[in-house]
Amino acid sequence: MMKKIFAQAYLWLLLALLYAPILIIMIFSFTESKVLGNWTGFSTKLYTSLFAGEVQCSLISAIWNTFAIATIAASVSTILGSIAAIGIYNLKVRARQVMLFSNAIPMVNADIITGVSLFLLFVSLGVSQGFTTVVLAHITFCTPYVVLSIMPRLQRMNRNIYEAALDLGATPFQALRKVILPEIRPGMISGFILAFTLSIDDFAITIFTIGNEGLETLSTFIYADARKGGLTPELRPLSTIIFVTVLLLLVIINRCAEKAAKK
Amino acid sequence: MQKCDSIIEIKHVSKYFGEKAVLDDVNMCISKGEFVTILGPSGRGKTTLLRLIAGFQSATSGEITIAGRDITQTPPHKRPVNTVFQKYALFPHLNVFDNIAFGLKLKKLPSSLIEQKMKHALKMVGMTGYEYRDVDSLSGGQQQRVAIARAIVNEPEVLLLDEPLAALDLKMRKDMQMELKEMHRSLGITFVYVTHDQEEALTLSDTIVVMSEGKIQQISTPIDIYNEPVNSFVADFIGESNILNGMMIKDREVSFAGHCFECVDTGFGEMSPVDVVIRPEDIILFDPNENAPLTGQVASCVFKGVHYEMAIVNNGGYEFLVQNYHSYEVGSQVGMMIKPTEIHVMKKERMYNTLEGKLIDATHVEFLGTQFACSEVTGIEPGAEVWVEVDFHNVILEDNEEDGDLTGEVTFILYKGNHYHLTVWTDWDENIFVDTHDVWDDGDRVGITIPAEYIRVIKK
Repeated sequence: MMKKIFAQAYLWLLLALLYAPILIIMIFSFTESKVLGNWTGFSTKLYTSLFAGEVQCSLISAIWNTFAIATIAASVSTILGSIAAIGIYNLKVRARQVMLFSNAIPMVNADIITGVSLFLLFVSLGVSQGFTTVVLAHITFCTPYVVLSIMPRLQRMNRNIYEAALDLGATPFQALRKVILPEIRPGMISGFILAFTLSIDDFAITIFTIGNEGLETLSTFIYADARKGGLTPELRPLSTIIFVTVLLLLVIINRCAEKAAKK
Repeated sequence: MQKCDSIIEIKHVSKYFGEKAVLDDVNMCISKGEFVTILGPSGRGKTTLLRLIAGFQSATSGEITIAGRDITQTPPHKRPVNTVFQKYALFPHLNVFDNIAFGLKLKKLPSSLIEQKMKHALKMVGMTGYEYRDVDSLSGGQQQRVAIARAIVNEPEVLLLDEPLAALDLKMRKDMQMELKEMHRSLGITFVYVTHDQEEALTLSDTIVVMSEGKIQQISTPIDIYNEPVNSFVADFIGESNILNGMMIKDREVSFAGHCFECVDTGFGEMSPVDVVIRPEDIILFDPNENAPLTGQVASCVFKGVHYEMAIVNNGGYEFLVQNYHSYEVGSQVGMMIKPTEIHVMKKERMYNTLEGKLIDATHVEFLGTQFACSEVTGIEPGAEVWVEVDFHNVILEDNEEDGDLTGEVTFILYKGNHYHLTVWTDWDENIFVDTHDVWDDGDRVGITIPAEYIRVIKK
């Protein structure tokens, strides 16, 4: 009995430690105090001011940039990743292993290394850094994740169904659209969501490719804000919203995977 | 090759995967409305041939015509054929209706017509009422019926079936065989059916094409294939048989197992070595007496349902497989008789191994990519291209690959009454044939040695 209670307590302690920082942010997003940790009574003022545009317009534009970059990067890497996955699937065993291995390297590579090398690449090519370079960088590190989330769908697929479609009179393109695409769609959706969250979340690669034209994303804004001393209070409700959004997306991905596994 | 009413003509078709020939100069002609079965062991080119007809793969060389049109280069979606795949290959995201309607929708037929055709196809395969079921919720047999409906609804000129019943259980397979035969009759289109199941082939087909090693061994009706196999491979593959080395004494007289028999075959010449095939049900057993051409001792007796299957060893050490409605006790002596019409004589494909080689010097010759010592050769210049002959029983197989001069894999085993005749695919990609009393398994890796004194070198 005691053992059970102890085990339970240990688990809850761990969970509390893990989630305490987020919980604190969430709790203190419902108070007006400028300083974190100073409870001045329940209020939703920070939320209203976040949405009413009373905060610095640079925060608002950082939010916009972040979501624009994430949407473009996730969309492009989903398309690239799907095409790549289908290509890799059709390779001979040996070549497929080589490709999957080289696809895995960027994922295990430290973000900071990827960031620095992309920075050097853009500089050496003479590309002026800004919105485009951030998007390109994000596409680069998101695509392998999309490939990885689509491959299992392809590997489970009956190899003959593409041929069956051709046999029934579909052109190769029609067969791809009407048969292969529906089969890998769940993988594409989870790949897109994964790429989207990775892009929103990224700091290390963004900071190296964002240039100095004054472009800010959420992560770089928060970083700069924190260095100036004290966080803008509206970041608390914003963090809460982002956390909840990501949590919801994760739940959706897991649901998709569960459904696919059941089939 | 007959031109008459053939719908598919395959002319000199070869298919190579890298260096390996999967199909080697295949020629055949399929008549309109025929039920043709391509039969052969797994992985010996028959599925490849079907895929060439369907267009999923292209031939390395040769020509395929369907209904008089050369379709060798035509992509699969433009060919007047439809395929039923071994693992059904239904579209998992579509229901039964949409699976069957897939081809019709691509043709942009009006939806009322699609509905009507789809209903008719479902009725043909006995699946009426399943239109809106999810394909994953169907059993294997039901999925295969939907797959057949999906193919025939397009009214192809030829229906290709790639081992369609292989994944079903025995009972379901038997039922489906009958239904396929009935479907073939009512549709009146050509069926090309691939299987490795000889019984299925005999049951279903108008014509059987036996394939092995990428070559067509025999094209004939089921009855002829069974009764008149052209070579020992076909005889062994179709049904059970006793295959023995024999000697054609003269027309209508053949000797094997140490005795002379009257037979009905002619034209093999005098004293020429042949293979003799006797089906186990054609050996008549009786209590031994002086008139018995063969006598032997029952070595084993197994009840098989309708008949007993016995192994009988005669005095000369030859083992015969015999099927009989009556059993004889193990250990008892029996007399055996074979009617002249039931003795089937086949020309031997080869009497000994003949290989291409090169003479290195007077006592060394190179063949199968390996240098062998040989008895002294005179009258041939070193470096000359030569023929090398080795008798089957002089090739020695070793358990350890390292002990052999070269290595290979046992690919085909034929029991010849008192010894085994093995086909060994060497790592030099050529066959070598071996007679042995030792028991080997299909797929065994072996080392191969040939003693110097048994290598005959002959001028080219």
